[in-house]
Amino acid sequence: MTVRRPFPLSHGTTTLGFIFQGGVIAAADTRASAGGLVACPAVNKITPIHSHLVVTSSGSGADCMLWERILGREIRLYQLRHRRCLSIRGTAKLLSFMLHPFKGTDVCVALTLCGWDKSGPKLIYVCSDGARLQGDIFSVGSGSPYAYGVLDGRLRWNLSKEEAVSLAREAVFRATHRDAYSGNNVDLFHITAQGWSQRKREELKEEYYRDMERRAKTVEKGKRETVLDALG
Amino acid sequence: MLSSHSYQDPGKMKDYHYSGPVEHKFSPYSFNGGTVLAVAGEDFAIVASDTRLSEGYSIHSRDSPKCYKLTDTTVIGCSGFHGDCLTLTKIIDARLKMYKHSNNKTMTSGAIAAMLSTILYGRRFFPYYVYNIIGGLDEHGKGAVYSFDPVGSYQRDTYKAGGSASAMLQPLLDNQIGFKNMEGVQHVPLTQEKAVQLVKDVFISAAERDVYTGDALRLCIITKEGIKEQTVALRKD
Repeated sequence: MTVRRPFPLSHGTTTLGFIFQGGVIAAADTRASAGGLVACPAVNKITPIHSHLVVTSSGSGADCMLWERILGREIRLYQLRHRRCLSIRGTAKLLSFMLHPFKGTDVCVALTLCGWDKSGPKLIYVCSDGARLQGDIFSVGSGSPYAYGVLDGRLRWNLSKEEAVSLAREAVFRATHRDAYSGNNVDLFHITAQGWSQRKREELKEEYYRDMERRAKTVEKGKRETVLDALG
Repeated sequence: MLSSHSYQDPGKMKDYHYSGPVEHKFSPYSFNGGTVLAVAGEDFAIVASDTRLSEGYSIHSRDSPKCYKLTDTTVIGCSGFHGDCLTLTKIIDARLKMYKHSNNKTMTSGAIAAMLSTILYGRRFFPYYVYNIIGGLDEHGKGAVYSFDPVGSYQRDTYKAGGSASAMLQPLLDNQIGFKNMEGVQHVPLTQEKAVQLVKDVFISAAERDVYTGDALRLCIITKEGIKEQTVALRKD
Protein backbone atom coordinates (compact mmCIF):
# COMPACT_ATOMS: atom_id res chain seq x y z
CA MET A 1 0.00 0.00 0.00
CA THR A 2 1.60 3.24 -1.10
CA VAL A 3 0.97 6.70 0.26
CA ARG A 4 0.19 9.52 -2.11
CA ARG A 5 3.08 11.98 -2.35
CA PRO A 6 2.07 15.60 -1.67
CA PHE A 7 4.95 17.06 -3.74
CA PRO A 8 6.22 16.69 -7.32
CA LEU A 9 9.66 15.19 -8.04
CA SER A 10 12.10 16.44 -10.66
CA HIS A 11 11.55 15.06 -14.17
CA GLY A 12 11.76 16.11 -17.78
CA THR A 13 14.89 16.36 -19.88
CA THR A 14 16.60 15.99 -23.25
CA THR A 15 19.64 13.74 -23.48
CA LEU A 16 21.20 12.17 -26.53
CA GLY A 17 24.14 10.03 -27.57
CA PHE A 18 25.46 8.83 -30.91
CA ILE A 19 28.42 6.95 -32.36
CA PHE A 20 30.40 8.25 -35.33
CA GLN A 21 33.84 7.71 -36.82
CA GLY A 22 35.54 9.82 -34.11
CA GLY A 23 34.03 8.05 -31.10
CA VAL A 24 30.90 8.64 -29.03
CA ILE A 25 29.21 11.98 -28.34
CA ALA A 26 26.94 12.41 -25.30
CA ALA A 27 24.94 15.61 -24.85
CA ALA A 28 22.23 16.78 -22.44
CA ASP A 29 20.41 19.87 -21.26
CA THR A 30 20.73 21.04 -17.62
CA ARG A 31 17.21 21.78 -16.40
CA ALA A 32 15.54 19.89 -13.51
CA SER A 33 11.83 20.65 -13.27
CA ALA A 34 9.51 19.69 -10.40
CA GLY A 35 5.92 20.18 -11.50
CA GLY A 36 5.86 23.63 -13.06
CA LEU A 37 8.87 25.00 -11.19
CA VAL A 38 12.45 24.86 -12.40
CA ALA A 39 13.97 23.20 -9.35
CA CYS A 40 17.50 23.71 -10.60
CA PRO A 41 18.75 25.31 -13.84
CA ALA A 42 22.26 23.86 -13.66
CA VAL A 43 22.15 20.13 -13.04
CA ASN A 44 24.77 17.66 -14.28
CA LYS A 45 22.91 15.05 -16.29
CA ILE A 46 26.05 13.44 -17.69
CA THR A 47 28.21 11.73 -15.06
CA PRO A 48 31.52 9.98 -15.65
CA ILE A 49 31.68 6.53 -14.06
CA HIS A 50 35.26 5.71 -15.02
CA SER A 51 37.83 6.96 -17.53
CA HIS A 52 36.06 5.36 -20.50
CA LEU A 53 32.39 5.45 -19.52
CA VAL A 54 29.92 8.26 -19.01
CA VAL A 55 26.25 7.89 -18.18
CA THR A 56 23.50 10.29 -19.29
CA SER A 57 20.52 10.29 -16.96
CA SER A 58 16.87 11.00 -17.52
CA GLY A 59 13.78 10.47 -15.39
CA SER A 60 13.58 11.23 -11.70
CA GLY A 61 16.61 13.24 -10.51
CA ALA A 62 17.07 11.53 -7.16
CA ASP A 63 16.72 8.05 -8.65
CA CYS A 64 19.31 8.75 -11.34
CA MET A 65 21.76 10.27 -8.85
CA LEU A 66 21.56 7.34 -6.45
CA TRP A 67 21.62 4.65 -9.14
CA GLU A 68 24.68 6.20 -10.77
CA ARG A 69 26.42 6.09 -7.37
CA ILE A 70 25.42 2.46 -6.92
CA LEU A 71 26.63 1.62 -10.44
CA GLY A 72 29.98 3.35 -9.82
CA ARG A 73 30.42 1.43 -6.61
CA GLU A 74 29.64 -1.94 -8.20
CA ILE A 75 31.97 -1.31 -11.17
CA ARG A 76 34.82 -0.44 -8.79
CA LEU A 77 34.14 -3.51 -6.65
CA TYR A 78 34.17 -5.69 -9.78
CA GLN A 79 37.47 -4.18 -10.82
CA LEU A 80 39.00 -4.87 -7.41
CA ARG A 81 37.65 -8.43 -7.18
CA HIS A 82 38.35 -9.63 -10.74
CA ARG A 83 41.34 -7.43 -11.61
CA ARG A 84 39.86 -6.29 -14.89
CA CYS A 85 37.52 -3.58 -16.08
CA LEU A 86 33.98 -4.72 -16.85
CA SER A 87 32.93 -4.23 -20.48
CA ILE A 88 30.22 -1.67 -21.33
CA ARG A 89 27.81 -4.48 -22.24
CA GLY A 90 28.56 -6.17 -18.91
CA THR A 91 28.00 -2.89 -17.07
CA ALA A 92 24.65 -2.43 -18.79
CA LYS A 93 23.59 -5.96 -17.91
CA LEU A 94 24.64 -5.49 -14.28
CA LEU A 95 22.67 -2.24 -14.04
CA SER A 96 19.61 -3.77 -15.67
CA PHE A 97 19.62 -6.73 -13.28
CA MET A 98 20.06 -4.42 -10.26
CA LEU A 99 17.05 -2.35 -11.36
CA HIS A 100 14.85 -5.38 -11.99
CA PRO A 101 13.51 -5.75 -8.39
CA PHE A 102 12.18 -2.18 -8.66
CA LYS A 103 10.18 -2.79 -11.83
CA GLY A 104 6.59 -1.71 -11.30
CA THR A 105 7.45 0.73 -8.50
CA ASP A 106 7.87 4.47 -8.70
CA VAL A 107 11.57 4.32 -9.60
CA CYS A 108 12.05 6.05 -12.94
CA VAL A 109 15.54 5.93 -14.49
CA ALA A 110 16.44 5.93 -18.17
CA LEU A 111 20.21 5.92 -18.61
CA THR A 112 22.38 5.72 -21.70
CA LEU A 113 25.83 4.27 -21.11
CA CYS A 114 28.26 5.88 -23.57
CA GLY A 115 31.73 4.39 -23.54
CA TRP A 116 34.68 2.79 -25.18
CA ASP A 117 35.94 -0.70 -24.33
CA LYS A 118 37.99 -3.47 -25.98
CA SER A 119 35.39 -3.92 -28.69
CA GLY A 120 35.31 -0.22 -29.64
CA PRO A 121 32.71 2.52 -29.11
CA LYS A 122 29.48 1.47 -27.40
CA LEU A 123 26.12 3.08 -26.70
CA ILE A 124 23.61 1.16 -24.58
CA TYR A 125 20.23 2.34 -23.26
CA VAL A 126 19.04 0.92 -19.91
CA CYS A 127 15.77 1.84 -18.25
CA SER A 128 13.90 0.90 -15.10
CA ASP A 129 11.10 -0.71 -17.15
CA GLY A 130 13.63 -3.40 -17.99
CA ALA A 131 14.77 -2.36 -21.48
CA ARG A 132 18.43 -2.86 -22.36
CA LEU A 133 19.25 -1.91 -25.95
CA GLN A 134 22.49 -1.40 -27.82
CA GLY A 135 22.46 1.04 -30.71
CA ASP A 136 24.22 3.79 -32.67
CA ILE A 137 21.93 6.66 -31.73
CA PHE A 138 19.68 7.25 -28.73
CA SER A 139 17.78 10.21 -27.40
CA VAL A 140 15.89 10.02 -24.10
CA GLY A 141 13.45 12.28 -22.30
CA SER A 142 10.56 14.63 -22.90
CA GLY A 143 12.55 16.53 -25.55
CA SER A 144 13.76 13.42 -27.38
CA PRO A 145 11.31 13.53 -30.34
CA TYR A 146 12.65 16.96 -31.30
CA ALA A 147 16.26 15.84 -30.88
CA TYR A 148 15.65 12.70 -32.99
CA GLY A 149 14.29 14.86 -35.78
CA VAL A 150 17.45 16.93 -35.97
CA LEU A 151 19.80 13.95 -35.58
CA ASP A 152 18.07 11.69 -38.12
CA GLY A 153 18.31 14.48 -40.66
CA ARG A 154 22.03 15.16 -40.44
CA LEU A 155 23.85 12.28 -38.71
CA ARG A 156 26.36 10.40 -40.88
CA TRP A 157 29.18 8.04 -39.93
CA ASN A 158 31.99 10.17 -41.38
CA LEU A 159 31.31 13.48 -39.63
CA SER A 160 34.33 15.33 -38.30
CA LYS A 161 34.58 15.92 -34.56
CA GLU A 162 33.57 19.60 -34.88
CA GLU A 163 30.58 18.74 -37.06
CA ALA A 164 29.44 16.03 -34.66
CA VAL A 165 29.73 18.38 -31.65
CA SER A 166 27.86 21.10 -33.48
CA LEU A 167 25.12 18.64 -34.52
CA ALA A 168 24.66 17.40 -30.95
CA ARG A 169 24.47 20.99 -29.67
CA GLU A 170 21.95 21.90 -32.37
CA ALA A 171 19.76 18.89 -31.52
CA VAL A 172 19.65 19.78 -27.80
CA PHE A 173 19.05 23.44 -28.65
CA ARG A 174 16.06 22.66 -30.87
CA ALA A 175 14.64 20.30 -28.26
CA THR A 176 14.96 22.89 -25.48
CA HIS A 177 13.22 25.43 -27.70
CA ARG A 178 10.15 23.25 -28.17
CA ASP A 179 10.03 21.28 -24.92
CA ALA A 180 9.04 23.24 -21.81
CA TYR A 181 10.77 20.82 -19.45
CA SER A 182 14.20 21.09 -21.11
CA GLY A 183 16.36 24.17 -21.18
CA ASN A 184 19.11 26.35 -19.78
CA ASN A 185 22.52 24.95 -20.86
CA VAL A 186 24.08 22.17 -22.96
CA ASP A 187 26.63 19.73 -21.59
CA LEU A 188 28.73 17.81 -24.08
CA PHE A 189 31.08 14.87 -23.59
CA HIS A 190 33.26 13.17 -26.23
CA ILE A 191 34.53 9.63 -25.62
CA THR A 192 37.41 8.11 -27.58
CA ALA A 193 39.83 5.26 -27.05
CA GLN A 194 41.85 7.65 -24.87
CA GLY A 195 38.94 8.32 -22.52
CA TRP A 196 36.27 10.99 -22.06
CA SER A 197 36.71 14.74 -22.44
CA GLN A 198 34.17 17.40 -21.47
CA ARG A 199 33.31 20.48 -23.47
CA LYS A 200 32.67 23.69 -21.53
CA ARG A 201 29.02 24.07 -20.55
CA GLU A 202 27.25 26.41 -23.00
CA GLU A 203 24.39 28.81 -22.28
CA LEU A 204 21.66 28.39 -24.83
CA LYS A 205 20.55 32.01 -24.46
CA GLU A 206 23.42 33.13 -26.77
CA GLU A 207 22.54 30.41 -29.31
CA TYR A 208 18.90 31.53 -29.24
CA TYR A 209 19.83 35.18 -30.00
CA ARG A 210 22.17 34.09 -32.80
CA ASP A 211 19.36 31.96 -34.26
CA MET A 212 16.89 34.88 -34.04
CA GLU A 213 19.37 37.11 -35.93
CA ARG A 214 19.86 34.44 -38.60
CA ARG A 215 16.08 34.15 -39.07
CA ALA A 216 15.66 37.92 -39.24
CA LYS A 217 18.32 38.07 -41.96
CA THR A 218 16.68 35.28 -44.02
CA VAL A 219 13.27 36.98 -43.74
CA GLU A 220 14.87 40.28 -44.87
CA LYS A 221 16.58 38.55 -47.78
CA GLY A 222 13.31 36.84 -48.72
CA LYS A 223 11.40 40.14 -48.66
CA ARG A 224 14.03 41.86 -50.84
CA GLU A 225 13.93 39.00 -53.35
CA THR A 226 10.12 39.10 -53.62
CA VAL A 227 10.26 42.86 -54.19
CA LEU A 228 12.94 42.43 -56.87
CA ASP A 229 10.92 39.64 -58.53
CA ALA A 230 7.84 41.86 -58.51
CA LEU A 231 9.79 44.70 -60.13
CA GLY A 232 11.85 42.68 -62.62
CA MET B 1 -32.81 26.73 -8.14
CA LEU B 2 -32.62 30.44 -8.79
CA SER B 3 -31.67 29.87 -12.41
CA SER B 4 -31.76 27.08 -14.96
CA HIS B 5 -27.98 27.30 -15.16
CA SER B 6 -27.53 24.23 -13.00
CA TYR B 7 -29.28 22.00 -15.57
CA GLN B 8 -26.61 22.75 -18.17
CA ASP B 9 -23.00 21.64 -18.20
CA PRO B 10 -21.49 22.72 -14.84
CA GLY B 11 -18.23 23.83 -16.53
CA LYS B 12 -15.95 25.60 -14.07
CA MET B 13 -18.50 25.38 -11.26
CA LYS B 14 -18.04 21.64 -10.92
CA ASP B 15 -15.38 22.19 -8.27
CA TYR B 16 -17.86 24.03 -6.07
CA HIS B 17 -20.87 21.70 -6.37
CA TYR B 18 -21.42 18.25 -4.96
CA SER B 19 -20.72 15.84 -7.81
CA GLY B 20 -21.11 12.44 -6.20
CA PRO B 21 -19.63 10.29 -3.39
CA VAL B 22 -16.04 11.21 -2.52
CA GLU B 23 -13.63 8.92 -0.73
CA HIS B 24 -11.53 10.55 1.98
CA LYS B 25 -8.41 8.82 3.17
CA PHE B 26 -6.14 9.45 6.12
CA SER B 27 -3.02 11.23 4.86
CA PRO B 28 0.08 10.74 6.96
CA TYR B 29 1.44 14.03 5.62
CA SER B 30 0.57 17.60 6.54
CA PHE B 31 2.03 20.88 5.35
CA ASN B 32 3.32 23.18 8.10
CA GLY B 33 4.70 25.94 5.90
CA GLY B 34 7.84 27.96 6.40
CA THR B 35 10.66 29.17 4.20
CA VAL B 36 14.37 28.44 4.46
CA LEU B 37 17.23 30.23 2.72
CA ALA B 38 20.98 29.65 2.58
CA VAL B 39 23.76 31.76 1.03
CA ALA B 40 27.45 30.85 0.74
CA GLY B 41 30.15 33.51 0.67
CA GLU B 42 33.91 33.40 0.35
CA ASP B 43 34.53 32.58 4.02
CA PHE B 44 31.06 32.56 5.54
CA ALA B 45 27.66 30.96 5.12
CA ILE B 46 24.22 32.16 6.19
CA VAL B 47 21.24 29.93 6.92
CA ALA B 48 17.98 31.75 7.60
CA SER B 49 14.42 30.66 8.21
CA ASP B 50 11.17 32.19 9.34
CA THR B 51 9.69 30.97 12.64
CA ARG B 52 6.01 30.49 11.82
CA LEU B 53 4.49 27.03 12.20
CA SER B 54 1.10 26.84 10.49
CA GLU B 55 -1.42 24.21 9.44
CA GLY B 56 -4.29 25.05 7.13
CA TYR B 57 -5.74 28.38 8.30
CA SER B 58 -4.23 28.20 11.82
CA ILE B 59 -0.90 29.20 13.26
CA HIS B 60 0.42 26.67 15.78
CA SER B 61 3.42 28.71 16.88
CA ARG B 62 5.14 32.00 16.13
CA ASP B 63 8.48 30.81 17.54
CA SER B 64 9.40 27.61 15.77
CA PRO B 65 12.64 28.21 13.88
CA LYS B 66 13.58 25.84 11.12
CA CYS B 67 17.38 26.07 11.37
CA TYR B 68 19.06 23.32 13.37
CA LYS B 69 22.72 23.42 14.37
CA LEU B 70 24.51 20.18 13.43
CA THR B 71 28.21 20.90 14.02
CA ASP B 72 30.31 24.03 14.70
CA THR B 73 30.51 24.63 10.97
CA THR B 74 27.18 23.30 9.65
CA VAL B 75 23.56 24.32 10.02
CA ILE B 76 20.60 22.63 8.33
CA GLY B 77 17.29 24.28 7.44
CA CYS B 78 14.28 21.96 7.13
CA SER B 79 10.80 23.04 6.00
CA GLY B 80 7.70 21.12 4.96
CA PHE B 81 6.03 18.67 7.30
CA HIS B 82 7.19 19.48 10.85
CA GLY B 83 6.86 15.89 12.11
CA ASP B 84 9.27 14.64 9.47
CA CYS B 85 11.61 17.63 10.09
CA LEU B 86 11.92 16.71 13.80
CA THR B 87 12.50 13.01 13.12
CA LEU B 88 14.99 13.70 10.35
CA THR B 89 17.07 16.08 12.50
CA LYS B 90 17.06 13.51 15.36
CA ILE B 91 18.33 10.85 12.95
CA ILE B 92 21.03 13.16 11.57
CA ASP B 93 22.19 14.04 15.11
CA ALA B 94 22.41 10.35 16.00
CA ARG B 95 24.38 9.55 12.82
CA LEU B 96 26.75 12.47 13.53
CA LYS B 97 27.47 11.06 17.01
CA MET B 98 28.04 7.56 15.58
CA TYR B 99 30.48 8.94 13.01
CA LYS B 100 32.30 10.93 15.71
CA HIS B 101 32.67 7.85 17.89
CA SER B 102 33.85 5.51 15.11
CA ASN B 103 36.07 7.91 13.15
CA ASN B 104 37.25 10.25 15.92
CA LYS B 105 36.47 13.34 13.86
CA THR B 106 33.54 15.64 13.14
CA MET B 107 31.71 15.20 9.87
CA THR B 108 32.46 17.80 7.20
CA SER B 109 29.61 19.64 5.42
CA GLY B 110 30.11 17.61 2.24
CA ALA B 111 30.01 14.34 4.16
CA ILE B 112 26.82 15.37 5.97
CA ALA B 113 25.24 16.23 2.62
CA ALA B 114 26.15 12.87 1.08
CA MET B 115 24.87 11.06 4.18
CA LEU B 116 21.58 12.98 4.14
CA SER B 117 21.09 12.00 0.50
CA THR B 118 21.26 8.31 1.38
CA ILE B 119 19.03 8.76 4.46
CA LEU B 120 16.37 10.45 2.32
CA TYR B 121 16.60 7.89 -0.49
CA GLY B 122 16.25 5.08 2.05
CA ARG B 123 12.65 6.24 2.31
CA ARG B 124 12.15 6.49 -1.44
CA PHE B 125 8.70 4.86 -1.33
CA PHE B 126 7.36 6.73 1.72
CA PRO B 127 9.42 9.91 1.64
CA TYR B 128 10.24 12.43 4.34
CA TYR B 129 8.18 15.45 3.30
CA VAL B 130 11.03 17.85 4.04
CA TYR B 131 12.84 20.37 1.88
CA ASN B 132 16.38 20.51 3.25
CA ILE B 133 19.13 23.05 2.74
CA ILE B 134 22.50 22.62 4.43
CA GLY B 135 24.76 25.65 4.90
CA GLY B 136 28.26 25.63 6.29
CA LEU B 137 31.98 25.83 5.69
CA ASP B 138 33.81 23.17 3.71
CA GLU B 139 37.22 21.69 4.63
CA HIS B 140 38.98 24.67 2.99
CA GLY B 141 37.00 27.21 5.00
CA LYS B 142 34.89 28.40 2.04
CA GLY B 143 31.14 28.79 2.30
CA ALA B 144 29.09 25.84 1.00
CA VAL B 145 25.36 25.38 0.43
CA TYR B 146 23.82 21.99 -0.40
CA SER B 147 20.16 21.85 -1.47
CA PHE B 148 18.02 18.70 -1.49
CA ASP B 149 14.73 17.49 -2.85
CA PRO B 150 12.52 15.32 -0.61
CA VAL B 151 13.97 12.03 -1.94
CA GLY B 152 17.66 12.81 -1.74
CA SER B 153 18.74 14.41 -5.01
CA TYR B 154 21.25 17.10 -4.05
CA GLN B 155 23.92 19.41 -5.31
CA ARG B 156 26.21 22.15 -4.11
CA ASP B 157 25.04 25.71 -4.80
CA THR B 158 26.03 29.27 -3.94
CA TYR B 159 22.52 30.17 -2.77
CA LYS B 160 19.15 28.42 -2.53
CA ALA B 161 15.68 29.08 -1.18
CA GLY B 162 13.39 26.25 -0.09
CA GLY B 163 9.93 25.91 1.39
CA SER B 164 6.64 27.66 0.73
CA ALA B 165 8.01 30.98 -0.61
CA SER B 166 10.92 29.42 -2.52
CA ALA B 167 9.42 30.14 -5.95
CA MET B 168 9.22 33.85 -5.04
CA LEU B 169 12.66 34.15 -3.46
CA GLN B 170 14.77 32.09 -5.86
CA PRO B 171 14.41 34.43 -8.89
CA LEU B 172 15.30 37.41 -6.67
CA LEU B 173 18.41 35.64 -5.41
CA ASP B 174 19.35 34.64 -8.99
CA ASN B 175 19.27 38.32 -9.87
CA GLN B 176 20.94 39.85 -6.79
CA ILE B 177 23.56 37.21 -5.94
CA GLY B 178 24.02 35.43 -9.26
CA PHE B 179 23.70 38.63 -11.35
CA LYS B 180 21.53 36.66 -13.76
CA ASN B 181 19.24 38.18 -16.38
CA MET B 182 21.00 41.53 -16.28
CA GLU B 183 23.31 43.08 -18.86
CA GLY B 184 26.37 45.22 -18.20
CA VAL B 185 26.73 44.77 -14.42
CA GLN B 186 29.92 44.26 -12.48
CA HIS B 187 30.12 40.93 -10.70
CA VAL B 188 31.25 42.03 -7.22
CA PRO B 189 31.86 39.27 -4.67
CA LEU B 190 29.30 39.13 -1.87
CA THR B 191 30.39 40.59 1.48
CA GLN B 192 28.97 39.28 4.75
CA GLU B 193 27.22 42.58 5.61
CA LYS B 194 25.58 42.82 2.19
CA ALA B 195 24.49 39.17 2.35
CA VAL B 196 22.88 39.62 5.79
CA GLN B 197 21.03 42.74 4.64
CA LEU B 198 19.89 40.98 1.46
CA VAL B 199 18.55 37.99 3.42
CA LYS B 200 16.60 40.31 5.74
CA ASP B 201 15.11 42.27 2.82
CA VAL B 202 14.23 39.10 0.94
CA PHE B 203 12.36 37.60 3.91
CA ILE B 204 10.46 40.83 4.51
CA SER B 205 9.29 40.61 0.88
CA ALA B 206 8.36 36.94 1.28
CA ALA B 207 6.31 37.68 4.42
CA GLU B 208 4.32 40.25 2.42
CA ARG B 209 3.27 37.82 -0.30
CA ASP B 210 3.28 34.33 1.26
CA VAL B 211 0.75 33.56 3.99
CA TYR B 212 2.84 30.76 5.47
CA THR B 213 5.91 32.98 6.00
CA GLY B 214 6.12 35.58 8.74
CA ASP B 215 6.33 36.27 12.50
CA ALA B 216 10.12 36.36 12.87
CA LEU B 217 13.31 35.61 10.99
CA ARG B 218 16.09 33.54 12.54
CA LEU B 219 19.53 34.07 10.93
CA CYS B 220 22.53 31.81 11.58
CA ILE B 221 25.83 33.26 10.36
CA ILE B 222 28.56 30.62 10.13
CA THR B 223 32.19 31.74 10.08
CA LYS B 224 35.37 30.12 11.29
CA GLU B 225 34.80 31.87 14.62
CA GLY B 226 31.61 29.91 15.11
CA ILE B 227 27.86 30.33 14.63
CA LYS B 228 26.16 33.65 15.50
CA GLU B 229 22.38 33.87 15.70
CA GLN B 230 20.20 36.90 15.02
CA THR B 231 16.44 37.31 15.29
CA VAL B 232 14.55 39.93 13.27
CA ALA B 233 10.82 40.66 13.57
CA LEU B 234 8.57 40.07 10.53
CA ARG B 235 4.87 40.69 9.83
CA LYS B 236 2.63 38.84 12.26
CA ASP B 237 -0.57 38.91 10.21
